[in-house]
Amino acid sequence: MRIIVSLICGTIFGFGLYISGMIDPQKVLGFLDIWAIADGGWDPSLAFVMGGALAVAIPIFQFAKNRTEAVCGGEMSLPTNRAITTKLVVGGLLFGTGWGLVGYCPGPALSALAFGHTDTIIFVVAMIAGMGSARAIGLNK
Amino acid sequence: MENFTPISALIGGGLIGLASGLYLLLNGRIAGISGILGGLLTPTKGGSAVFERLAFIVGLIVGPFILMNATEIEAQSVVTSSLPVIIIAGLLVGLGTTIGSGCTSGHGICGLSRFSLRSLVATLSFMAAGFVTVLVTRHLMGGM
Repeated sequence: MRIIVSLICGTIFGFGLYISGMIDPQKVLGFLDIWAIADGGWDPSLAFVMGGALAVAIPIFQFAKNRTEAVCGGEMSLPTNRAITTKLVVGGLLFGTGWGLVGYCPGPALSALAFGHTDTIIFVVAMIAGMGSARAIGLNK
Repeated sequence: MENFTPISALIGGGLIGLASGLYLLLNGRIAGISGILGGLLTPTKGGSAVFERLAFIVGLIVGPFILMNATEIEAQSVVTSSLPVIIIAGLLVGLGTTIGSGCTSGHGICGLSRFSLRSLVATLSFMAAGFVTVLVTRHLMGGM
């Protein structure tokens, strides 16, 4: 059951990335280019995607986080780490730099594999290599 | 703002929020894509955890595949960067999300939805770096 739920949730998530246009790095870069506000070329769509996502997710999260058990059984696996560390910020800055270079973050990069473009495949392989090497030296702890 | 698509952005965003909410409510897990993918590289949890992660990733790819083949809804995914930049960017995204424990989905959607200050700091960090990177590549260096 949990595996079917995962497949359905992943599929709905993929629908959302496709319909919102976030599957296209150019759409993401159009948002990150806030310096284009001056000449009217800025695309605020990503902010609307976040707004739409939060409007739906916040009520569900606030309801779900007080539960002691998941509906399909098993524990509620919520993060307990609240520490704001240099590592958190440095990781965010490195990720944001890579995100701004190409326009892919992990979700859209994986979803875009559906198009079968070589550039997307190369990005995903490099991303997995980055994750693997960071984990190999314990940076995920 | 000729590229601005507020309606499809809100609908697509709503679906992303729904998927994240259902994943927590039904499976008790955070729908952070970097965490789901990264967890496959060093599996520690037993049981069906590996298959749950794989199923989510398969869904992420199958979802767009269904829409592009079975509906009239159109989308594209265009990469304009050179090969070295694609590789460096991929490495940075993989490294950064691992060090920072999350990405746009895990910190930006799930973290903010449970009002986590830690995730807000992470989100502001990667957004700031994204803005500055695009400033440098598009406006100071004239595109990469």
